[in-house]
Amino acid sequence: MKADRPIRLAASQACVRFGALDALGPIDLTVRAGECVVLLGPSGCGKSTLLAALAGLQNVASGSVEAAMSEGAPVPGMVFQEPNLMNWATAGDNVALPLALAGIDRAEQMRRAEAALARVGLDDFAKAYPRTLSGGMRMRVALARALINDPAALLLDEPFAAIDELGRRALDDLVLKAKETQDLAVLFVTHSVDEAVYLADRILVLSPRPGRIMAEIAVPAIARDRDFLTSPDFAQAAAAARRVLSDHRGPV
Amino acid sequence: MKRLDLAPVAAGLVILLVWEGLTRLLQVPSVVLPPPSAVAEALLARGGILLPAAGVTLGLAMTALALSIMIGTLVALIFARIPWLERGLGPYALVLQATPIVAIAPLVIIWSGIENPRRAILILAVIVAVFPVLTSALAGLKAVDPGLDRVFRLHRASSLQRFIRLELPTAAPFLLAGVKTAAGLSLVGVVVAEFVAGTGATGGLSWRLVEAGNRLETATMFAALFLLALMGLALHAVLTWIERRIRA
Repeated sequence: MKADRPIRLAASQACVRFGALDALGPIDLTVRAGECVVLLGPSGCGKSTLLAALAGLQNVASGSVEAAMSEGAPVPGMVFQEPNLMNWATAGDNVALPLALAGIDRAEQMRRAEAALARVGLDDFAKAYPRTLSGGMRMRVALARALINDPAALLLDEPFAAIDELGRRALDDLVLKAKETQDLAVLFVTHSVDEAVYLADRILVLSPRPGRIMAEIAVPAIARDRDFLTSPDFAQAAAAARRVLSDHRGPV
Repeated sequence: MKRLDLAPVAAGLVILLVWEGLTRLLQVPSVVLPPPSAVAEALLARGGILLPAAGVTLGLAMTALALSIMIGTLVALIFARIPWLERGLGPYALVLQATPIVAIAPLVIIWSGIENPRRAILILAVIVAVFPVLTSALAGLKAVDPGLDRVFRLHRASSLQRFIRLELPTAAPFLLAGVKTAAGLSLVGVVVAEFVAGTGATGGLSWRLVEAGNRLETATMFAALFLLALMGLALHAVLTWIERRIRA
């Protein structure tokens, strides 16, 4: 149903090697505008490596990866496992970093930073320092920074693993909202099957290292609300994902 | 604003009183240990000579500190960019740091020319003070958070942007701690160098100390010592204040 939308993230026979070690692939993958694809797989299977490759932080040994540019963002937005904020700078300056590095003038930076913070529910926090914020709020700042220059795609590398259940659900909702309103292609890495089903249009289950796609699970396109969590659709998709994961469990 | 702690003031007063009482009671000769009142008298009587001398010493120490900060930071930057240079030169820097400054002083004085005591004193003080700046700046430059580094790489930051927005702010608290140590050491370096230079040509405080010692004016020696300690404390207080301002 989203097959007519433009492809924003693509990997084609992509392999990553660390020295003699095959870390990933070969992998074929596409993520289209307005679509959320979740990567699910065991630790060390190369999920983060694939994200790094798409972000241009990691070279591929063979094959190719491609991330679409948008007008204001030459690279995809990215949220890491840690918020990775500058402790010496305010939330506003942290969020504005991509604009500052792109040489956009300061008044414009602050205007857009405040708008971006408001979108993640942090109105009036532009002047707060990271050490005064909770873990969940720091992650919101990181998310606002990833979205401030309206990228074509958003990469999230197990971003909310350290956040409590309720806070995590709120952050997941922010990602879904950004996907809809900014027409983002979202590629999300997580260990949590429930989080994967909640977020995904499609779940890709990866094998142990070197990570390859073992299964693709489509999640029905129904509203992501409280009822969805207790619906048969949710249970079915989660069960399917768990089955694939346990069938292919690698050495622990 | 933190309330001033009165305990050190009270302790100081008690020590001074005991000192004064014992020297009078035991009739200690003033040339061996003068009572605080005699030191205060000497400070007043010789203030016209001691204060300008203290000014000279402080000026030299500040110049040495400024030079140490510039040189130490510059070398740290070069070392951080060229790791093999640090590996190659690091051990020799350690040798220089471990050699007592008193032992190097005569050489430096000869090299900089007997007629240039000021230059010799600055070089010696910098040799003492530069190392804490260098090591702390280097540690600071290496302390960049790898996660934040990835954010900068993701957004294709230039090395200048990386330096100004990432490395410098990360290194600043480290550097400041090093500067604090270096400030005390630059004062020590100047005083020691003045001693070793053994000349009154620069007119620094330690020369007045040597002079008073030769004349057995023990009270004046104490007055000079008091001024030295006061300078050290003042330096420390100023840097602590700057540190608080930056951390706040």
